[in-house]
Amino acid sequence: MSKQELLLLDCGVSPFCGRVKIALAEKGVEYESKEENVLGGKSELLLSSNPVYKKVPVLLHNGKPLCESSIIVQYIDEAWPSPPLLPTSPYERAQARFWGDFIEKKVFDGGSKIWKSKGEEIEVAKKDFIETLKQLEGTLGDKDFFGGENFGFVDILLIPLTTWFYSYEKFGDFKVEEECPKFSTWVKRCKQRENVVKALPEPEMVYEVVLMLRKMHGVE
Amino acid sequence: MEEVKLLGFWASPFSDRVIWVLKLKGVNYEYVEEDPYNKTQLLLQRNPVHKKVPVLIHGGKSIAESSIILEYIEETWPQNPLLPQDAYQRAMARFWIKFGEEKMATICAVFRTAGAEQEKAIEEATELLKIMEEKGLGDKKFFGGDAIGLVDIAFGWLACLYEVVEKVSAVKVLDADTFPQLHAWIQNLKVVPVIKENLPDHQKMVGHLKRRRETHLALPNCHN
Repeated sequence: MSKQELLLLDCGVSPFCGRVKIALAEKGVEYESKEENVLGGKSELLLSSNPVYKKVPVLLHNGKPLCESSIIVQYIDEAWPSPPLLPTSPYERAQARFWGDFIEKKVFDGGSKIWKSKGEEIEVAKKDFIETLKQLEGTLGDKDFFGGENFGFVDILLIPLTTWFYSYEKFGDFKVEEECPKFSTWVKRCKQRENVVKALPEPEMVYEVVLMLRKMHGVE
Repeated sequence: MEEVKLLGFWASPFSDRVIWVLKLKGVNYEYVEEDPYNKTQLLLQRNPVHKKVPVLIHGGKSIAESSIILEYIEETWPQNPLLPQDAYQRAMARFWIKFGEEKMATICAVFRTAGAEQEKAIEEATELLKIMEEKGLGDKKFFGGDAIGLVDIAFGWLACLYEVVEKVSAVKVLDADTFPQLHAWIQNLKVVPVIKENLPDHQKMVGHLKRRRETHLALPNCHN
């Protein structure tokens, strides 16, 4: 398959784009990518490919656009079945989707509350966020990855979000490693994977973006 | 065959959609009515994370979150398929199901508001419904094409519950002139036997939503 058949509309600091890049790398699939200036001016291609949300990532496969990162990852898993990212049994797939949905609802927005808040609200946001991580720790248990022995769907959805944790730690004055050591161990395990490291930005770079976003939101 | 049990609530559109899919697939199940204002130990044990209905219990194992339950049923009982075979079409179906989940609260905000806030809620709902009609439904009879699929089922609340919401809130958002295709879709969906025969009692629902609206409007801040 030639590279031109797959085009990713991307943004380096976006953890949602990170998910798609990791999934494609896990499948050994080649693709083109185009960096979008999401704050400065979105391209015509992005606006026409994702008219509903106007957001990255968008994956164009033979010109057909796919939107929403968790849906894109599932699509990648179905279009290129090997190695599988989701389990085979319907019950285990449902569990993977459940935790994927939990992550969607709680992690990024919960973390954002920390850097968007002022005063006492920061403490509340931090407590809620740590509680979310503890729930994820609970479901991870003693397993290497959320799906068991193999890196998979839930890990792919979650690991890119951790590049924003450094920023939450700075503004919330806490350390994920101290509050949730098992979670931290899982993060380190994922970061030993080349596909993960290559797909994700440095947390310091994300921090610069968060500083800018804070100004835009009038938090500074 | 392993036992199937559904923990649901008669007024919940999330429960309804699971019932419709189970019936469309011809799956026998036991229904257990839960009171969301007085949750049983069974519900709290079976859905400790969100503590909500619906929960499907199959062979002793629990599955929560309605859209996840729908996909589980689709995969476990493949007869009468409700998702497309093609991976791209399947991704599009998931996209619209997710859109519906995320935007339902906004589309129903007319219910929780009054006055100027309600005016704004009507505008926002209209915008979202336009997107659904133009980009999701288009000229198709159903979101799934010629026959109903999971997207139609996931949007079933719009066809059945929403008119009660509008009545109780004294507004009209989804009118036939503004939304001709959606209006036609609603008429087509309502006559599908499984849906027609498995709707909550209309009068009971009107009473229930009237009381819920009064509760919302009595809150110090009229928004959730």
